Formats: sequence, structure tokens, C-alpha cells
Amino acid sequence: MALLEVDNLSLEFRTRGGTVQALEDVSLAIDRGETVGLVGESGSGKSVLSYAMLGLSDAAARITQGRARFDGVDLLNADERTLADLRGREVSMIFQNPRAALNPIRKIGHQIEDVLERHTTTLRKNREAAAIACLAQMQIPDPQRRYHAYPFELSGGLCQRVMIALALACSPKLLIADEPTTGLDVTTQAAIMTLIMEKARSLRMATLLITHDLGLARAYCNRIVVMHAGHVVESAPTELLFTQAHHPYTRQLIGATPIGRTRLDDLIAVPGGLPDLRRADLPSCRFSQRCDRMQAHCDQPLPRRIDGDHLVRCHYPIDPALA
Amino acid sequence: MTEMTLWGHARATASDNPFTLLAVFMFAGFLVIAVIGPSIAPYGPLASNASQALTGPSAQHWFGTDSLGRDIFSRVLVATRIDFSIALSAVGFSFIVGGFLGAVAGFWGGRIERIIMRLCDMVMSFPLFVLAMGIVAALGNSVFNIILATAIVNLPFYIRVACTEVNVRREAGFIEAARLSGNSDWRILFHHLIPNALPPMMVQVSLNMGWAILNAAGLSFIGLGVSPPEAEWGILVAEGATYIISGEWWVALFPGAVLMLAVFTFNLLGDGLRDLIDPRRRT
Amino acid sequence: MTAPEPTASQSGTSALLDVDNLVKRFPVKTAQGPGELLAVNRVSFQIYPGETVGLVGESGCGKSTLVRLLTRTLAITDGRILFDGEDLGQVDPAKMPRHPKRAKLQMVFQDAQDSLNPRFTAYDAIAEPLRLLGLKTAEPSIRAQVADIAQLTGLPVELLQRFPHQLSGGQKARVGIARAAILRPLLLVLDEPTAALDVSVQVVILQLLADLRRSLGMSLLFVSHDLNVVRLLCDRILVMYLGQIVESGPAREVFANPRHPYTRALIASSPSSGRNPAQYLLPGEPQSPIRMRGADVAERCGFHGRCPQGQALCTEQAPALLPLPGQADRSVACHFAQTLLNF
Repeated sequence: MALLEVDNLSLEFRTRGGTVQALEDVSLAIDRGETVGLVGESGSGKSVLSYAMLGLSDAAARITQGRARFDGVDLLNADERTLADLRGREVSMIFQNPRAALNPIRKIGHQIEDVLERHTTTLRKNREAAAIACLAQMQIPDPQRRYHAYPFELSGGLCQRVMIALALACSPKLLIADEPTTGLDVTTQAAIMTLIMEKARSLRMATLLITHDLGLARAYCNRIVVMHAGHVVESAPTELLFTQAHHPYTRQLIGATPIGRTRLDDLIAVPGGLPDLRRADLPSCRFSQRCDRMQAHCDQPLPRRIDGDHLVRCHYPIDPALA
Repeated sequence: MTEMTLWGHARATASDNPFTLLAVFMFAGFLVIAVIGPSIAPYGPLASNASQALTGPSAQHWFGTDSLGRDIFSRVLVATRIDFSIALSAVGFSFIVGGFLGAVAGFWGGRIERIIMRLCDMVMSFPLFVLAMGIVAALGNSVFNIILATAIVNLPFYIRVACTEVNVRREAGFIEAARLSGNSDWRILFHHLIPNALPPMMVQVSLNMGWAILNAAGLSFIGLGVSPPEAEWGILVAEGATYIISGEWWVALFPGAVLMLAVFTFNLLGDGLRDLIDPRRRT
Repeated sequence: MTAPEPTASQSGTSALLDVDNLVKRFPVKTAQGPGELLAVNRVSFQIYPGETVGLVGESGCGKSTLVRLLTRTLAITDGRILFDGEDLGQVDPAKMPRHPKRAKLQMVFQDAQDSLNPRFTAYDAIAEPLRLLGLKTAEPSIRAQVADIAQLTGLPVELLQRFPHQLSGGQKARVGIARAAILRPLLLVLDEPTAALDVSVQVVILQLLADLRRSLGMSLLFVSHDLNVVRLLCDRILVMYLGQIVESGPAREVFANPRHPYTRALIASSPSSGRNPAQYLLPGEPQSPIRMRGADVAERCGFHGRCPQGQALCTEQAPALLPLPGQADRSVACHFAQTLLNF
């Protein structure tokens, strides 16, 4: 049984402008020790999915179908107490804007102690030392002094390390990293990602890396799940995805991402934009309007084609073997 | 990519909070009365009839009559125009002059800001009503002076709000872009900053109007400003105050109730305006 | 091995933009008394007509300050900025909006949303520079010119009546570009124009910029922290660290064989570089650019302390930006530039 299993999850938001079908029939599985990349552009639903799994959705959200299980615990029907116990101890999350996620008026050392107090049995007199040890493990220079620092005194990169320290203080089984390095310098990004990967390895922790940066996902993930407009469109081991993408959207996304030797003229532009998810008449395949391979039967409910560990949801995938 | 229209959003705001809708209707009602009041009043506001003095509410006189036999209902209707004019003019003046001064202070900062802020402090160091009294007493009793006093007393508020709003937006990207597009400092102030800084202040305008009416009524009540026999809500209440003890409650109650209703309307309207303007982009 | 093409500098055309020893100091208050922040520390470079120069560097390196000095929204402390034959460095930023050269030096901002007046329609925003700085300001002429640039930037005419909040990220970016390009500037400075955009939109905007520079003959100064994007568009690049240029040269060569340790770390850290970033991780944080007022300029390399090289010489003498032997267009500010092993 996988550590985290999401099956056929659908979620909608009721807003003044209509009901937004934010997620539809989304399935995801993560095993212990695996690093899975959840890739998609803005509006694809990746953050919504992670919040929904942890019971952190907006009040206007409603889950209309599906299940989510973590280590056997039913996440969607659990009471707040169970979820609160899980969060921080078994499942941790780090966010995009580290400064916004830290309490600006409390010293960071105390914030780490809060986590230790809530989820571990560390004695009060030992907590300060434990917190400083956490900081040192994150390679934060001068941890004694930083224990007493406030978030505004630290750079973005250091704040992110503190947030990771908070997230890993209790050695969780699963770390959800939602755009952890967006907005950080590329050298800082490399340091942060290397740190996360080292910890993941040493703690045998599963990681869900949510990002819009395909290059980042390729460099650090075992497996990649591609989302578009609230659907999972493709999922495969990393290298397989990049060399043999089946879904037209994945191909276009890869084609639009500049890497080492590409020239500007080689890049592909993905035409069109996301469909309006409030429409009542959304087509079954939400990519069909932008797809140059669209056929008449693309308005049928999406199939689930599986070849080993390569999943694609498309009526007309790119590869004769699967059609 | 189009968001909801302003009308659609207004409708939604009103449906969210039924009080807002109520406030809009009441405001519209008051406005209509202010315009056509004198024409629809059943009796002239100054028409006295000694034989009818101090009669209670009845079919001929809905709000009763006062000590000179004048129909209170007619007087209240006619007074609406004066009170509304005072409120609109005073607040309008404060808004425009205060907004401009505040914007200038917020944009250039430095010594200009310090001078303008100290002027604000000077005005604010007085209890506002006392200051208004002082101004009217010094300049003489007239509607214009009530308007002036109310406007001056209200200036610091608008100056400070405008200063802050402009200060916040001064560093915005579109201001820098405006410089690159060839805008001189004054053009930036008038074409870019003020149009963006003013709408949040509009919410305060409505709340202010309620206060302005109260201020004018208060001044008239103590004998400054509008003088009898002109009809103004404050004066009507003042005239009725002496009769409460002797049992003719209607002389003071009806004008007072209408006054209260007007202020209430403006406050509700202010709340609704705030909802309308603030989360314009909220789903 | 074919001889490299003669660069614009070698072929004798004069520079469009000539920055000479540019310095910018900001007064700051420190716990120890009055100090100053040396944001730009003797920067010199040129941009020639028709070329695209990339400026890369991470947060705190001074590139944003440098950009504002070049576009003249910020006063300089020292140095010269020669643009199209005129010393713009001496022009007071308050007077710059009405300066004759304003129209020829324009900028596209990083956050398109923030750079557009929320109360102006796209049409108003694009037409404004024309109305204020253009020669032909009759209304029909303005309409025609706006329509023209809208077409060049791929903006459908219907969108021109919309307000910024009714436009998508890519559309807003186009409006920003149209507004800057409508006056046919000689030099267009782009401050991370695609940073906030999805990758699929980014491609479109970059291709648009490439088309535009060809059809309008503009030089571009492309500021970005994203090396992959810089590589696609730029002929030459400048690498900035702690207020100084540490490496410069033709883009292809700098990427293939960077000669400054910082440039190496930068390139290796990019996920799609194919290199193992762990080998080039930089410890610690950059030195502080703040020093006490009146203190001597420290004679040491700004990168010392994080540099894998780090020798005694680095603390005694600040390396100057010098051309590599035999390569006039390739400069590095490092004592050990020539002795570094191949990348």
C-alpha cells in the first residue's frame, strides 16, 4: 500500500461568479522514500490538491467525490484532531513564501520549539538545544545566534531553511513542498533542493515537490505527475516522461521549457489559455480546445491508459503503441 | 478573462447584505425629498396658524404643529433640503481641498508634508464641535458659515487619509512607468496618483455626511448657524426641546427621528460602499 | 576552428550606451553610526546598436539599482552614462521625463500588473508616451500608431479597451512592451519581463521580443536571474556580483566556459545545466555592501569567503575586470581567471 493515496478526487469552489471545478477525478500515489514532482502551470490545481489532502482547503471548497488516505488514515473524513496530529508530525508542508509562513513577531527558535512541544515528547529543558540542533542540521550558519533572530532579520534563503527545519523537526514520513524555491536565487535554490534531498534520503522520507518549473522537477524527482486545469494528464518516471511523453500537453510543456542548448526558434508556444473552470459545459478533456490533435471522440470521458508505470489520460496520445 | 461587471458586483453586494440595499433606497428617498420637498409639502413651512398651535399628530397634521401653528411635517420636509445641502457641500469641500493638500503632502514629503501635517495637528487639537462653534460665532450666523466650519473641522481627516494613500502608491510600478512615459511630477499627481488614491476615500465621504448633518443640527440647536424661522432639523429639535416636559412630545420627536434616520442611512451606505469598493476583485 | 565574428566593438561602430565607472552609494543608518550602501561599485560596459546584452546576477547584486541609474529614475553618485552621444548621468531624474532623449531609452518592467495604472485602459497606457513625448499627437495619428504597435506586439484590438485586471499575464506583458516600444526607442531595458509568467507564455513573449528587436532595430538590455532565458536571447552577457561586473563576454562562450568562480556556480546551479550543482554550492551569504561612511574602499575581492579558490591575494587586492589574453571581448574580474580548470 502506498504511503499516500489519492483516488478520483474532485473538488469545487463555490464563488460568487459561479462554481469553479478546481479538481476533477485526480488520482495520485506516493510511496515511502519516493520523490514525486507535481508539475503544472498556474491554475492547474496543484496547490489546491495539496491543501485538500491536508484538510486545509478554503471554506468555500467542497469535495464532491474521491478519497485520500495517508498511511491508512482517511484524510477527508478525519476529524480536526486527527488531522492536527498528523500535520507536522507525519506530514509536513513548506510553502512558497517562507517569510509569510513564519510568525513575524516570534523568534524562530521559539517557533521550532512550538513544533517540538506539539508533536514530540522532548522535555522543556531540552527543547532549546534540540531547536538549535535542528537549525544546525539545516546548515544555518551560527545557529546559537539565529535561534534568537526574528524572520525579518533573515534573507529569503535562510527563512526557507528555517521553514524546512520546522517541517522536518519531527521527521515526518511525507514532506509536501509547494514551490519551495520560487522567488529564490538559483544558487540558493540549488542549496535548498540539495538540502531537502539529503534529508529525504537520510530520513527515508517521501517528498511531493509541487512546481511549475519542469527543469527543477526533472533534476530532483523520481516520478513526475503533470496536471492541467484540474486534471492529471500524465504520470511517469522522470526520464521516461521527458524522452517519451505521450500527452500532447506534456510534450508542449517540455517543448516550451528552455534548457541548455535550445535556440529561441526551437521553443514551442502552447496556444490558447486555460479554460474558464466555472463553465458548466466544460469538455471532458480540458486541453482539447488548445490541442492540435483534437478529434471528434475527444469529448468522451477520458480513459486511463496505463503502460507499466506510465499513465496518460488522453484519447489520442502520442505513441501508436498506446492508441 | 472578464470579471464581473460593476453592476453585477453591486447587485451581489446588496444581496449579501440586505441592509445595504435598504440604505440605498433610503438615501434615494431622502434625495428625492430634498429636491421636491418644498413642492409637495402640504403647508408652507412658514405658514403659521395660531389657532392650531401645539396640536398633536392628526389626519391634517401628520407630525402635529408647533407653538406657532406651523405644520411640522411640512417643516421637516423642507428642512431636508437645507440639511442635505449643508452635508454635501461641507463634505465635498473637505474632500476636494483636503484630498488635494494630502496628496501634495504625501507625494513630495519633506518640508511640505511637515507643514501640512502641523496645520492638521492645529485643527485637530481642538474638540471639533467647539472649533466649529468658534468659527461660526466669529464669522456670523449663516448657512454658508456652517458649511465652512464643518468643512474646516473635517479637513485633517481627509488630508491624512489622502497623504497615506498617495504615500503608499508613490513607489508603485506604474508611477515609475509614468515617469518613463514623459509625465512630470504634477502630471503624475493629477493623472495617476490622485485618481487611484481617491476612491478609497469615497467610503469615508458617506460616513462623514452623517456626521456633517449632526454637526449642522448641533450648531443650529445652540443658536449658531441657521436662524429661525428657517426650517432645519436641528432648529426644529431645539424648538421642540422646551415642550417635551410640558407633554407636547411630537414637536421634538419627529424632527429628531428623521435626523436620526438620515444619519443612520449614511452610515449604512458607507458600510455598503466599503464592501463595494474594497473586494472588487474578490470572488 | 573558425575565427569568431567581429563584434560590434571591433568593427568600429560607436557605442549606443557607454557606461563608465558608474557608482551609486545610498546613505544608511547603522548601529555603529552613519554608513553607506555601495550598490553599484565602478561598473563599466558598452552596448552597441542592434545588440542584445544580458545582465545576470542574484538578489542584492545591484542590478536593479543599475537599471534605475541607466533609465535615469535614480540619481548617480559618480561616473558617466553616455547615451547616443549625450551624458545622461548629469541629468536630474526629476527633469528626465521631459528630456529629448527620454523617448529613446525605455523600459519594460518585471511586474506588468504593477506597472500599469489600474484606471487606464490598455489603449490609454500605450498611447500615453506618444501623447507626451511623440511628434505627431493628433488623435487619429495616435490611434493609428497604437493600432500599429498593438499589431506588432500581438495584441488584438478588442483588448485595448480593457483594464489591466481584465487581462491575462501574457496580455499585460504585451501591453508593457507595446507602451515601451511605441516611441521606437534605441535602447530597451527589460527588467525580468518574463519572471512572473508561465513557461508557455514566456516562450511567446520572448519570441515577440526577438521579432520586435529585428523589426524596430532596437538594442536590448535584458536583465534576468534566469540563465536559460538569457541564453536564448542575448549576444553578450554581463555577470554582476556585489555591485560589480565579474565577468563579461559573448553569451555562448561565457556559458560554455565561464572563467569566474561565481559564474560557474551560477551556471551549474541551474537545474537544466546538466551539471551536478552539489559540486558548486556556495556556502554562506554574500558580503554586506554596507560600510561606514568615509571608510576606505576595502581592497579585497567581493566574492572572497564563498569562493572555492580563496587565496591570500584575494584579501589583499581587489581583482579588476580585465580582458583574457587574446580575447578582447571577454573579461573576468578574478586573479585566477586563467588558471581555472575547464568547466
